[in-house]
Amino acid sequence: MSEQITIEKSLRDWASRVKAGQVGALPAILGLLVLCIAFSSQSNVFLTPGNFANLLTQAAAITVIAMGLVFVLLLGEIDLSAGYAAGVCGAILVIMITEMDYAWYVALPASILIGVVLGAFIGYLVAQLRIPSFVVTLATFLAFQGLLLLLVSEGGTIRIEDPTILAVQNKNLPVAASWIFFSLTAGAYVLSGLWKFARRRKAGLVDNLFKFWLIKTAMLVSLGGLATLALTVERSNNPDLVSLRGIPYVVPVILVLLVGATFVLTRTSFGLHLYAVGGNAEAARRAGINVRMVRISAFMICSGFAAVAGMIFVSRANSISPTTGGSSTLLYAVGAAVIGGTSLFGGKGKVSDAILGGLVVAVIDNGMALLGYPAGIKFMVTGGVLLLSASIDAFSRRGATAT
Amino acid sequence: MATPILSLRQVNKSFGPVHVLKDVNFDAYAGKVTALVGDNGAGKSTLIKCIAGIYTPETGEFLFEGNKVTIAGPRDATALGIEIVYQDLALCDNLDIVHNMFLGREEKSGVTLNESHMESLAKKTLDGLSVRTVKSIRQKVASLSGGQRQTVAIARAVLWNSKVVILDEPTAALGVAQTEQVLKLVRQLADNGLAVIVISHNLNDVFQVADNIAAMYLGTMAAQVDKKSVSPGDVVKLITTGKSEAVSGATK
Repeated sequence: MSEQITIEKSLRDWASRVKAGQVGALPAILGLLVLCIAFSSQSNVFLTPGNFANLLTQAAAITVIAMGLVFVLLLGEIDLSAGYAAGVCGAILVIMITEMDYAWYVALPASILIGVVLGAFIGYLVAQLRIPSFVVTLATFLAFQGLLLLLVSEGGTIRIEDPTILAVQNKNLPVAASWIFFSLTAGAYVLSGLWKFARRRKAGLVDNLFKFWLIKTAMLVSLGGLATLALTVERSNNPDLVSLRGIPYVVPVILVLLVGATFVLTRTSFGLHLYAVGGNAEAARRAGINVRMVRISAFMICSGFAAVAGMIFVSRANSISPTTGGSSTLLYAVGAAVIGGTSLFGGKGKVSDAILGGLVVAVIDNGMALLGYPAGIKFMVTGGVLLLSASIDAFSRRGATAT
Repeated sequence: MATPILSLRQVNKSFGPVHVLKDVNFDAYAGKVTALVGDNGAGKSTLIKCIAGIYTPETGEFLFEGNKVTIAGPRDATALGIEIVYQDLALCDNLDIVHNMFLGREEKSGVTLNESHMESLAKKTLDGLSVRTVKSIRQKVASLSGGQRQTVAIARAVLWNSKVVILDEPTAALGVAQTEQVLKLVRQLADNGLAVIVISHNLNDVFQVADNIAAMYLGTMAAQVDKKSVSPGDVVKLITTGKSEAVSGATK
């Protein structure tokens, strides 16, 4: 009886939060569901394990850029050059490995470091000189594009043959390892949640969110189990020749980034300061927070993530070209972050939003291509979805301030 | 009267050619509410900012608990236990009550935030102020009413075992019921043993809550008097003309 009341109460709390405009990831989850149902009813390829694995590798690079962008968007700033920062760092990675014969474990940290330095430069201009980030990153967008062109030389591409870098997007964890990976991840998630509740109880703080958390965790774990099951099915057309089973290596890479970034944002004072600066910079300054350093660090993190995305691009294309990270990459990444529920006004958003949004963008891209729609329609639909989520954000802000 | 916890003697402050504070004396007592009144431009905010360490006066003496101190910056003021609640409250709407109260001074265990410790401390502080109007201290400040926000800002100021709390126009933006609530809270602070300084334009509020009234007039301290010895009319005279027959020997 009393249990029912607590579930009911937490559901009602949650409903009132939604009504008050704190919709969170709900629209993105609903959107993803609707899209998946629509595409699988129209195409018999969409819901196959092969396409699912394909979808994940398609979404990977943009998702990683979007995860980094969340840090900048939380401040109410933007980084338009993150796409080409990925390109530049990818080019440095390829040049170091292919032309200078460095090992991947030297080249990859070096390219990430260069990404961080690029971010520090942008951050300095924004935080110290107070030039609007839109203008600064518009300039660096052009500059990085030029830099990439100079590095790769016009019209050319540089191939990469390093097996480790190529494995990220082209190879899978063995089946047993896939299941071990799933069990470890799920176990760690459940344990960390239980530990949090135990600590709160020890401190004498009661809350009725436990049942809610149980439901959420059960759903997440079973979804993860289903995904692992789908990915461990043989998806090669010719299994005798080459077997394609297991979780793509890029998935654990993204998961590590997700856990790390979420930890920083939700468990450290730096993360709290980031939200505070995004919510009310003047209040943060008066509370003794070094607003300037917070701003610069956010841009450094964003470009660091872009460098990782550069590696993922390179791994997928087996090469770097002057257009890597160009065209609609950045816009898709911003779109992914916003669709997932990150606010362009700052102060609201999570790294996991970027993953949800990245999946939505990739599903539209993938599903419409399968159905044979021309690229023009694809862009227009993606634009429509972005507009929809931006309006949900705007409306939810209005709902939140109306009380 | 007992010795004041905070005492300013002959404080002068100018901005270029403008002499804003002229030989100002001011006292605040533990367990008492001192109201600082005066017309616009009388120097109330400048005086407060000198106490909070935002401005440094050219001449004058600061005595804190009887000892001479120098307040060179906001950190010095905080270290002494002086907290200020600004009129705009300086809260982050997108953070919850606990995070707002600890902003910039988070409790940590290792590198991670010690959320449960912060939450229990915040709860204890709010309970100590007899605040029972907020539903959950984990709700976002954006969803709070004006009076509740004021409460959170005040709770943040007293969280640090502060000794002097300065409130800048705490009721200016509030309705009748919420004003009542905040004034009760101000009284509670003083009853808990803090020295409370309240800037206010509203003489009703001042007479309801203050023990002591300091009236400023054109950069001078017209008088600092016991509330019981004056009428609202006398205070209005002090604010508008700088003197009043009822206050003997207070004017300079």
